[in-house]
Amino acid sequence: MTAPLSVGIENFENLNLLLALFIGIGFGFVLEQSGFSSSRKLAGVFYGYDMTVMKVFFTAAITAMIGLLFFSLFGWIDLDLIYVNNTFLYSAITGGVLMGIGFILGGFCPGTSICAVAIGKIDAMIFVVGIIIGVALFGFGFPLWEGLYKAEPMGPLKLSDFIGISDGLFLFLLIIIAMGMFYGAEWIEKKFPRDEY
Amino acid sequence: MNSTNNELKRAAKPYMNPYIGGVLLGLVLLSAFFIAGEGLGASGAFKNAISFCVSPFTKGTDGSFFGNTYKSLMEDHSKWWIVIEVLGVLIGGFLSGAFSGRLKLKVEHSPKITAKRRLIFALLGGIFFGFGSQFGRGCTSGAALSGMASFSVAGFLTMMFIFGTGYAVAYIFRKNWI
Repeated sequence: MTAPLSVGIENFENLNLLLALFIGIGFGFVLEQSGFSSSRKLAGVFYGYDMTVMKVFFTAAITAMIGLLFFSLFGWIDLDLIYVNNTFLYSAITGGVLMGIGFILGGFCPGTSICAVAIGKIDAMIFVVGIIIGVALFGFGFPLWEGLYKAEPMGPLKLSDFIGISDGLFLFLLIIIAMGMFYGAEWIEKKFPRDEY
Repeated sequence: MNSTNNELKRAAKPYMNPYIGGVLLGLVLLSAFFIAGEGLGASGAFKNAISFCVSPFTKGTDGSFFGNTYKSLMEDHSKWWIVIEVLGVLIGGFLSGAFSGRLKLKVEHSPKITAKRRLIFALLGGIFFGFGSQFGRGCTSGAALSGMASFSVAGFLTMMFIFGTGYAVAYIFRKNWI
């Protein structure tokens, strides 16, 4: 048996969908416990008064990456079967820019807004209405931006391969960079007045 | 006024240490990779759900954006994974809020702006985020976080441009937050 289980186990389809519910519950629980149901806490990362988003985001990415590499080393998971997001250069940049603006305007991202809806934040409910409008606009107007959406396809390209170093060395360097960012984040938070939400 | 605020604060449990929260989130993400072979997501659920809702009009065959999404949703049941996961987020968020005493119907906004202004900006932000997430082929969780964790160039690019743009325009909209 090799992971991912969706490939390694036969007739796993329905169980996979059931487990999606539990993974989602874990996701939502941790987001809420970390304070991601509060737009004022989330927006803090852009003004320096609360760097929680950065700390949680990078700690999570690094934890998962360490896990994936060690699982692969122990032969528990086949990394070739792990989905690597396809890179479409201009579309990824355009999306990032628009989402960055959306983050500052709305104070949420889609995952955190759902989490905030769950505890009764009305601003998050309105944000979700906005997401639905935004996705619908994109879908119905798709012919207008199809060219940009599909431009410069680079396939499931890994950054480590692109730079030309091993995944392990890449992760090691990323951890060092993240440590520097965490140190900076703690320093910045001391400089700006903070409130608890 | 101050005493009410303090009482409210006392009622809710404090948030988790961010580094512990990060490790736990990383383990949830790792288990998604281990079980399903891909990471977490949120915006994809909106795309799939909308394609399902508009399917009487697209009939799943018209080759449009939502038509194609609906077609793959019908042919490949694993595309429902993200929709079910997002329903889980709703449940998990609710459980956490109930556990920590944070369930409360309210508009959260800086004392310097009105609730109405907050809601208008929340709607605009949602529209930008929803629209942008389709270009990004995922949002902060699906493209940036899960993409980064799978070492994807797209993941790092999207992450840098989300946060970079946020910092670039933060000053313009500072009144809403600080």
